[in-house]
Amino acid sequence: MKVFELRKLGLASVLLAALRRELSLALRQKGEVLTPLVFFVVIVSLFPLGVGPESALLLRMAPGVLWVSALLAAMLSLQRLFAMDYVDGSLEQMVLSSTPLGLLVVAKALSHFLLSGLPLVLMAPMLGLQFGLEGRALGILMLSLLLGTPTLSLIGSIGAALTLGVRGAGVLLSLLILPLYIPVLIFGAGAVEADAAGLGIGGHLSLLAALLVLSAFFAPLATTTALRISLE
Amino acid sequence: MNKRVIHWFKFASPQNFYVLAGRMWPWFAILATLLTVIGLWIAFFVAPTDAQQGEGYRIIFVHVPASQMSMFIYLVMAAWAGFGLAFNTRLSGMMASALAPTGALFAFLSLVTGSLWGKPMWGTWWVWDARLTSELILLFLYLGFLALQASIDDPRRADKACAVLALVGVVNVPIIYFSVKWWNTLHQGASVSLTKSPTMASTMLWGMLIMVLACWMYAITIALLRVRNIILDRERHTEWVKHAVE
Repeated sequence: MKVFELRKLGLASVLLAALRRELSLALRQKGEVLTPLVFFVVIVSLFPLGVGPESALLLRMAPGVLWVSALLAAMLSLQRLFAMDYVDGSLEQMVLSSTPLGLLVVAKALSHFLLSGLPLVLMAPMLGLQFGLEGRALGILMLSLLLGTPTLSLIGSIGAALTLGVRGAGVLLSLLILPLYIPVLIFGAGAVEADAAGLGIGGHLSLLAALLVLSAFFAPLATTTALRISLE
Repeated sequence: MNKRVIHWFKFASPQNFYVLAGRMWPWFAILATLLTVIGLWIAFFVAPTDAQQGEGYRIIFVHVPASQMSMFIYLVMAAWAGFGLAFNTRLSGMMASALAPTGALFAFLSLVTGSLWGKPMWGTWWVWDARLTSELILLFLYLGFLALQASIDDPRRADKACAVLALVGVVNVPIIYFSVKWWNTLHQGASVSLTKSPTMASTMLWGMLIMVLACWMYAITIALLRVRNIILDRERHTEWVKHAVE
């Protein structure tokens, strides 16, 4: 296990090594990484079928639909954040190792963002086009997703750690985490809508960034506590 | 040494607290009953009919206490959760889990009474007003707490996990409240205002205050009773419980 031999290295290289481990593990199971993305596309495509193909209505709904679908897709991939390592025992080794657990948690959240958040950011314009969003709105949508999805990964890691090895973890995780996602949803979708209404988007994006900073500070703390409780 | 000093940590032991709670709850129950009777009597017979809202306004005598209890209980629950994590006391987690169902009940009651009031006053059961929405989210947070509690078998682990969740929730509650508020002002969907309340007659105010106190007493009574049950359940393997239930 490469991660645990890096005791003498600096924090940055530990972070990098942990991140590399997460990514290479994920790339060995491409299906699990791709399924949430397909899910995202399917969910977004269901909305026009449900509410009808009127372009004015779809245009109005687009930011909300894309953001809610992004929340659900992030949710879906959260379970595998700690589950594999928990099952094969390497999570226990991480908790016992001299590497700060918070750092490994940050690496895991970062890898979750790279594997589920970032692809959503890149796919959003294509789906936005189907809803009739224009260039500028698409750019703002991407920007808001780029600022918001890391927060989803960070907050989600708390829920994933709390529900580790628990009966019905999947549904429970969504019940715990979705209410906490509401501010991100409001400001993320709000940024696109505010621009469409001719208002400035600076406020929304600043608040999204503030949420990111706050969760980057607090979420690893809560996640490490939750992990230690789950492994007791 | 001063012998009159009370050793508070003595009551951190579930066994001692079981006895203390058993002594306390009847008093709180009596107070709750008395205050409820007085409060409802004022609410129905003393308080005048509202000039604008007619008789329908009387539901606030239940609605206002219920909503403020739902918020306050969450804070108390998070405080117990924090105690439990900091001092590793078993009783704190039990108190938090004893409070959660009551808090959820009050949140639910507040939503139901709110919409019963909203129908005659606003002509609609529900508006996506900032307060209504955040109360709904508070109910979700309670339900998450209860669901997590229910799905972990080991009670100690359940207590700690729920404690983390409650603390995360309490950090998020103000963020959620303000984001919902700003979301609401951006959309300006509902044209009703809850804040421009006309000055209240003093009997209405008294009735409401007494009902608030009654809800406090009720919540304390129920929490003490529930924590007694939880203590018995978790300590059922011990000798003292066998004597206590005989």
